Amino acid sequence: MIGMGILQGMAVTARNFVGSYFEKDRLITVQYPEERNPLPENYRNFPFLPYDGDDPHAGLRCVACKICEKECPPQCIYIVKSEDKKPDHMGKPQFYPKVFDIDISVCMSCQICVEVCPFEAIKMDKVFELSRRERFDALLLRKSDLAKSNEYYHSICPTDATEVDAKLAEAAAKKKPAPPVAPAASAPTA
Amino acid sequence: MTATIQTLEPIERPPTTMGSRLDGELLEVSMGPQHPSTHGVFRMNVALEGEIVRKLKPVFGYLHRNHEKIGENTTYLGSMPYTDRLDYFCSMTNNWAYALSVEKLAGIEVPERAQYLRVILAELTRLQNHASLLGFLLNDMGAWGTPLMYAFREREKILDLFESLSGSRMMCDYMRFGGCRCDTPPGWMEHARKLVDAFPRFIDELEKLVVGNEVVIARTQNVGKLSAELAINAGITGPMLRSCGVNYDVRKVDGYGFYPRFKFRIPLGAHGDTYDRLMMRVLEIRESVGILKQAFEQVQAGPIMNPKVKIRAFRPPVGEAYGRIEAPKGELGFYLISDGGTNPYRYRVRPPSFINLTVLEDLCLGHTVADVMVILGSVDIVMGEVDR
Repeated sequence: MIGMGILQGMAVTARNFVGSYFEKDRLITVQYPEERNPLPENYRNFPFLPYDGDDPHAGLRCVACKICEKECPPQCIYIVKSEDKKPDHMGKPQFYPKVFDIDISVCMSCQICVEVCPFEAIKMDKVFELSRRERFDALLLRKSDLAKSNEYYHSICPTDATEVDAKLAEAAAKKKPAPPVAPAASAPTA
Repeated sequence: MTATIQTLEPIERPPTTMGSRLDGELLEVSMGPQHPSTHGVFRMNVALEGEIVRKLKPVFGYLHRNHEKIGENTTYLGSMPYTDRLDYFCSMTNNWAYALSVEKLAGIEVPERAQYLRVILAELTRLQNHASLLGFLLNDMGAWGTPLMYAFREREKILDLFESLSGSRMMCDYMRFGGCRCDTPPGWMEHARKLVDAFPRFIDELEKLVVGNEVVIARTQNVGKLSAELAINAGITGPMLRSCGVNYDVRKVDGYGFYPRFKFRIPLGAHGDTYDRLMMRVLEIRESVGILKQAFEQVQAGPIMNPKVKIRAFRPPVGEAYGRIEAPKGELGFYLISDGGTNPYRYRVRPPSFINLTVLEDLCLGHTVADVMVILGSVDIVMGEVDR
């Protein structure tokens, strides 16, 4: 009978309309700035540089090897390597990035810098409220904006951060037996 | 140099059946690129006789981003996030097609769990692509919003799964050469299984909503008929080809991934009209749900990445490879030529929606302007893939 299809469809619409007031899993509106949905742990948005210890400059794990700069598909990373070595938070002299800029107006959060980094020195952040009034400078994150503590990394990605810490500790333990004197000798000079 | 405005070539006046026309001349109308139902920045130059389409010329390139040339100037891995931006509804299948062609080029094996995960993700992508296509198609027909909102409600659940797995809803960038980037978070499989078990309920509902609807039937049956001969000659693939009754599905023909391990049927149409194309999507969703259920039973814990593959300075041997998969829109292929360096020498995409769009004029001739929108909707295009 003509019209039956339309009536059937309207019954579906009516059921959905009523359900949107009573079905629990469909009452999903969140009053955004006050309430927030929790982000999944794997969520990623723009990279940052975790640092160990208290000093954001000495504690950076980055040694300015420039691998991420080379591998970054949209070429949004700019690094200037230091000429001298400075002691890192363990007291070991290392090269460090004199300049480390990420242009987040270009960055597409693809995570390739994180994957290629051999030093666990760059990780994905979870910030997304980054609107700015200016188009250029405010969206160019400098080293001081990018450096965030390892505790912050633990707070956003607990599982990952614990794994990374274990990996770094293991690598440090492996290195120690070979030159047992070197770190002790360099420590007083630093 | 002065700018030239692109116009249609002079048209011979076709024999008209309507005697009482104003002057019998064709009216040239430019539909798009800002038209709400052109699915992005797509333009059609349409020559109309009254309301009847007599000539149609698609104009595209508004979203051209030089994808292939960028692919030749970045590393193999660097192109992976760019493939997400091709067909931004189905980034998982784009990733798979690209990973497959690089794996073919370099002869990389993929671990078992990664293969199952790829099948699961590709079929979830098919579910959400077809669901949202049905919504858009009905939106074009004038069912403002309602079916589209229902479809997006279901799509959102699948996107949440993608986000908790890969970190991003649409730009997943999840697959890697020789596996997948990371393993599933705890509870992901159960969540996905629950979602898939509940999905047929949505399809039943959508079928009740539209399939028997007299308006939908009147608007779609015998509209935009595509013959099997033309479809094969024009290189049409995917649900559009199968709606003409041609049994061709890369999942069965190539048997890539672990598809030979699953039992599923290929739905076929008989008429090749818009209604068949619409129903093809409904039936494919049902088959995909079947594949997903089998995959959830078979998937085992295990490694997810081939440990032999280098992440940094990946150089495949000299050679060429064409990897293709059955993306939700049709056959998606990547053709790569390697000269042994870190960048591909040639990087070519075979996009299904671009090639499916080539028969648009043949489908639309003789129909009204209102039907053009419906036919275009049933072709299932995404401009990110058409223009690249």
